[in-house]
Amino acid sequence: METIVSDSMVQNTNQVEGRAVPEKTLGEIQVDNPRMSARNVNVFYGEKQAIDNISLDIGMSQVISFIGPSGCGKSTFLRCLNRMNDTIDICKVDGEIKIDHQNIYDPAIDVVSLRARVGMVFQKPNPFPKSIFDNIAYGPRIHGLAASKVELDQIVESSLQRAGLWEEVKDRLDQPGTGLSGGQQQRLCIARAIAVSPEVILMDEPCSALDPIATAKVEELIHELREQYTIVIVTHSMQQAARISDRTAYFHLGKLVEVGDTKQVFTNPRHELTQDYITGRFG
Amino acid sequence: MNDLNDDFFRHISSEFNEELEALRRSILEMGGLVEEQLRAALQFYSTQDSSLLSKTDEIEKKINAAEIDLDEQVETLIVRRQPIASDLRLVLAVSKIVRDLERMGDELEKVGSLSLECFMSGSDVGVTEIQQIAEQVAKMLSESLNAFARLDLDLAREIFQREREVDKVYQSALRALATFMIEDPRNIGRILNIVWIARSLERVGDHATNIAEYVIYLVQGVDVRHPAVNQNSFD
Repeated sequence: METIVSDSMVQNTNQVEGRAVPEKTLGEIQVDNPRMSARNVNVFYGEKQAIDNISLDIGMSQVISFIGPSGCGKSTFLRCLNRMNDTIDICKVDGEIKIDHQNIYDPAIDVVSLRARVGMVFQKPNPFPKSIFDNIAYGPRIHGLAASKVELDQIVESSLQRAGLWEEVKDRLDQPGTGLSGGQQQRLCIARAIAVSPEVILMDEPCSALDPIATAKVEELIHELREQYTIVIVTHSMQQAARISDRTAYFHLGKLVEVGDTKQVFTNPRHELTQDYITGRFG
Repeated sequence: MNDLNDDFFRHISSEFNEELEALRRSILEMGGLVEEQLRAALQFYSTQDSSLLSKTDEIEKKINAAEIDLDEQVETLIVRRQPIASDLRLVLAVSKIVRDLERMGDELEKVGSLSLECFMSGSDVGVTEIQQIAEQVAKMLSESLNAFARLDLDLAREIFQREREVDKVYQSALRALATFMIEDPRNIGRILNIVWIARSLERVGDHATNIAEYVIYLVQGVDVRHPAVNQNSFD
């Protein structure tokens, strides 16, 4: 039962750092196999800086959670990843964000096709006021992904199946999407995102309006989708981040404080701000 | 490092703070019971007052009750608070320390009843050896509990050193006891029981070392048990 603890073993570990926001992100911002990579990203809303020099890789076929207090910049950063911030006039983004080594802020990039590659699911389910079928078929139609009606039918069916919704809606595809329950609507929105064969799916608090059962279904779906897609999820539920993500990134006052393996972040966070936030020590 | 100690009680939820504080207090109280048990045995060796040994038996029952109470506190904290990060490490560490303290209680109960058998017969052969081990182990135990209470890494590491010293005292006690057996084979039965006492005390020291390991885990999030199989704490 003799235990030998060398000083190096103990000293090599990361002591939790102080409460000031660190200049440099703690943890591993780089991954071996990035789908997207952001470098030195700054975002300004007019005079106000919302994102301060964030660099982060999003790994291929991985789920990464963005967590942090309200107003920390996690949603703003998420929305940079498919240029959703372009729609806000006073918003200015600088730095570099690449998807498969291509800069998404390159003027030559077609934003509409970018958003097909990097799909988005919002906090509140937002089905189009159209039939279930048309909700899914909309994207493939405008992107010309189906050559025939048969092919379009196939895309609709396979998207609904992958979203775990097919069995529940196959007999009422012509009925309005808005007639589904909240959880079904959210899965419809995920199916709609999948229908255009994206590489990345961004989710902004996708379960915050759902009950635990609907949440579990969406989480199960995320688990299945991670094989094929890269998923970035903003969540206010620490348990959800711990359950579903491979990596977790903690944002604070527009900075990325730390990012790392989810298990490490939730058992032994490197920074005291992360620790305080995830354990409920400040608001 | 003491920052972490204050940190446990800075949650927004004051109820959560109180629950963690109660958990820490309870485990230290349980540790105090084990210390009391060991002290009773030590006093017996110098006073030969047999009433001290019946105390080790009574205390053992209190220790068992404390184990049940602490397990319940741990369960409630997990269900109600889903602790993470340092909170999780505190709850896990306490849950393991409970187990070690309970085992120590069992060992010391054995020490009590065997001591009564061996040392009330008028002979003091072996008492010095047992006393030496018990004193060393008592220091280890109180240091391990202090290391936990103060989250003191240096103290926790000193305990590993102390364990090696206890091992030496234990080995030399075994040699001395073997000599007594060789000198007079009529002593063998009695001396074997003294060997069991030494063995139990040495085990108590091992459990104290475990506590020191949990303190390091609690403070630093690294598992220092079995270094050979545990190169990377997150694999």
